[in-house]
Amino acid sequence: MIDGAMDADITLDIRNLETHFAADPGVSKAVDGVSFTVRRNETLAVVGESGSGKSVTSLSVMRLIPTPPGRIAGGEILFRGRDGRVRDLARLSEKEMRSVRGNEIGMIFQEPMTSLNPVYSVGDQIGEALRYHQGMDRKAARAEALALLKKVGIPAAERRLDEFPHQMSGGMRQRVMIAMALACRPTLLIADEPTTALDVTIQAQILDLMRRLQAETGTSILFITHNLGVVAEIAHRVVVMYSGRVVEEGDVRSLFKNPRHPYTRGLLACMPNLGQSRGEAARLEAIPGNVPSPMNRPKGCTFAPRCPWAEPACTTAEPALEPVSPDHSARCRRWRDLP
Amino acid sequence: MTTQPLLQVRGLEKKFPIRGGLLQRPVGWVKAVDDLSFDLNRGEVLGLVGESGSGKTTAGRSILRLIEPTSGSIRFDGEEVTGLPPAKMRALRRRMQIVFQDPYASLDPRQRVRDVIGEALTIHNIGTKADRRDRIAALLQKVGLTADAMDRFPHEFSGGQRQRIGIARALAVEPDFIVADEPVSALDVSVQAQVVNLLDDLRRELGLAVLFIAHDLAVVRYISDRVAVMYLGRLMELAPSDSLYDRPRHPYTRALLSAAPEPDPDAPKQRMLLEGDVPSPMNPPSGCVFRTRCPYALPACAEPAASIPREVAPGHVVSCIRDDVIMA
Ligand SMILES: Nc1ncnc2c1ncn2[C@@H]1O[C@H](COP(=O)(O)OP(=O)(O)OP(=O)(O)O)[C@@H](O)[C@H]1O
Ligand SMILES: Nc1ncnc2c1ncn2[C@@H]1O[C@H](COP(=O)(O)OP(=O)(O)O)[C@@H](O)[C@H]1O
Ligand code: SF4
Ligand code: SF4
Ligand SMILES: [Mg+2]
Ligand SMILES: [Mg+2]
Repeated sequence: MIDGAMDADITLDIRNLETHFAADPGVSKAVDGVSFTVRRNETLAVVGESGSGKSVTSLSVMRLIPTPPGRIAGGEILFRGRDGRVRDLARLSEKEMRSVRGNEIGMIFQEPMTSLNPVYSVGDQIGEALRYHQGMDRKAARAEALALLKKVGIPAAERRLDEFPHQMSGGMRQRVMIAMALACRPTLLIADEPTTALDVTIQAQILDLMRRLQAETGTSILFITHNLGVVAEIAHRVVVMYSGRVVEEGDVRSLFKNPRHPYTRGLLACMPNLGQSRGEAARLEAIPGNVPSPMNRPKGCTFAPRCPWAEPACTTAEPALEPVSPDHSARCRRWRDLP
Repeated sequence: MTTQPLLQVRGLEKKFPIRGGLLQRPVGWVKAVDDLSFDLNRGEVLGLVGESGSGKTTAGRSILRLIEPTSGSIRFDGEEVTGLPPAKMRALRRRMQIVFQDPYASLDPRQRVRDVIGEALTIHNIGTKADRRDRIAALLQKVGLTADAMDRFPHEFSGGQRQRIGIARALAVEPDFIVADEPVSALDVSVQAQVVNLLDDLRRELGLAVLFIAHDLAVVRYISDRVAVMYLGRLMELAPSDSLYDRPRHPYTRALLSAAPEPDPDAPKQRMLLEGDVPSPMNPPSGCVFRTRCPYALPACAEPAASIPREVAPGHVVSCIRDDVIMA
């Protein structure tokens, strides 16, 4: 038991997580020493380009890493459950994990069709979680499922209860996923690219819904996305991942207004501005090159080959994640020099 | 002659049959594109935006006759393209090319890059065998790759590099016009900017006219001279970029722009949240197709007249009957 080792308002405390995949030859360190915390009532966004290790991090927390080839090779995933007890998810048995997943931790994925069962009605699927985890009877579970569908704003909820996932639009399926994830009043909600497959008008509805539900329930949200616009919209704090590591972390305002890592700055600079006319827009600042593969990470700072600020020392030793201000840190030896 | 638009699309319509039952008989129709009209000038970029299923891809492909339009007129450099016999169409294809969204799926994995690009040169009989190699090298350089890329296979390249190869293939025949269907949507943001810059340089340098289809409204503004907004197969609004983004008139355009998340935590979040989903394209609402989600809808919006695009200011076309709303 690890009670007391963690602030009372922290829901999730990931410490030095290492998740590796066996590769041929060698090993791919998809997540390579990642640490961050998520507090109660807080939305933490993890942002980064594809392959940076966002999904592997979230799958590690849920213990859904396919083994083999994958395994959690090190670190701790401290999680505070509904009863206030702190456990290290990295060390729970599969049986114990089953009582956490879909219960104390809710999950929403990018493509709801992969996580909804096509042969059960949505009412039965939501009800199933309530019966399994909360021991409700069939009738109570159905009533609760109906209440949840209404809560997530599904029109004609009574009728929808008996429909199957394929009869619904993408946005509606995502609402069903959210209803299911919230069914057992989780203390932590993990949302991995929950709006990436949706159109912007539907995305706006879903983000609005998530904000309202958090205000009501105080659930901590771990929100994974590659879209900085969505981050600015939903997050309180932000973790920027690059090539399996955290390169910058901070509250959302510091991160957007005063980024201290060249990668974060590059990501912000390469996005065109919706409010800027073509005539006055400068050429987009592209980041040269590509994200390195975890099998082939550059020595020293992994961003060095693409970094306009790189100096010779950058390629010899990996910089540490240094505090910039009380709630802001950056993994760059030159963070003080950036304008 | 040069004042005439390069491309004139009038009343373009494309219907797809919906098949059902054991015999796969048509049980209904989807009007993927309905009554679409616009001009595109030489060297101009027209952005085409709209939600999934609004008909952007269908419009782009119908214009190139990669799929047969159901009705309407497409004039390219003064010549009617619909109904053109295959031999003439082949010759015209040299001037009209397409760049696809998915750089992984759109290149043949068994072809070396030199064959991917060279194929188009062979089909159109461009250059001698000997100088094709030089041409391919020059094209690769133009899109920011080195000539040695020629002897490699597509899987040896990253997504951004593959998209460059796709662009080089489209440019090989020196077209006047390309349809770029979500050319950067599958790419990481850092790489997306590389490809957007490349397209922007090329159209300037080569005087290309581009129909640029995309979801990302900011990217579209960045690259387009004018922008068209589609919804359920129909044109909602068409205007010069600055007018459309700074003074959107159609309620749908306004909703779309206000839903776009901005990378600024201090940006005002006055959302015009649309209720509900896009209706089924098999059974679209009568009159204005947007009326089931429009906060300003009136009974008259269900009448056929409500769906007709009209010019409300020079070069600014809007399909909405409520002057009080669109002029506000
Ligand atoms: N071959 C086809 N058969 C039947 N229906 C089709 C076919 N191709 C497209 N459609 C339908 O036509 C409509 C327009 O599709 P289209 O692919 O043009 O949309 P889009 O605007 O390009 O969407 P996206 O943003 O998702 O690419 C949709 O309702 C689609 O389901
Ligand atoms: N099942 C797996 N087997 C082997 N490698 C994997 C597996 N899942 C993910 N990876 C690798 O781990 C790295 C991080 O992937 P992921 O977390 O999915 O990235 P993202 O940030 O896009 O979510 C990538 O290099 C990916 O190829
Ligand atoms: S440590 Fe050096 S290479 Fe790495 S981000 Fe900072 S300046 Fe760039
Ligand atoms: S015609 Fe009517 S329903 Fe359509 S956009 Fe205008 S006000 Fe809305
Ligand atoms: Mg992912
Ligand atoms: Mg499309």
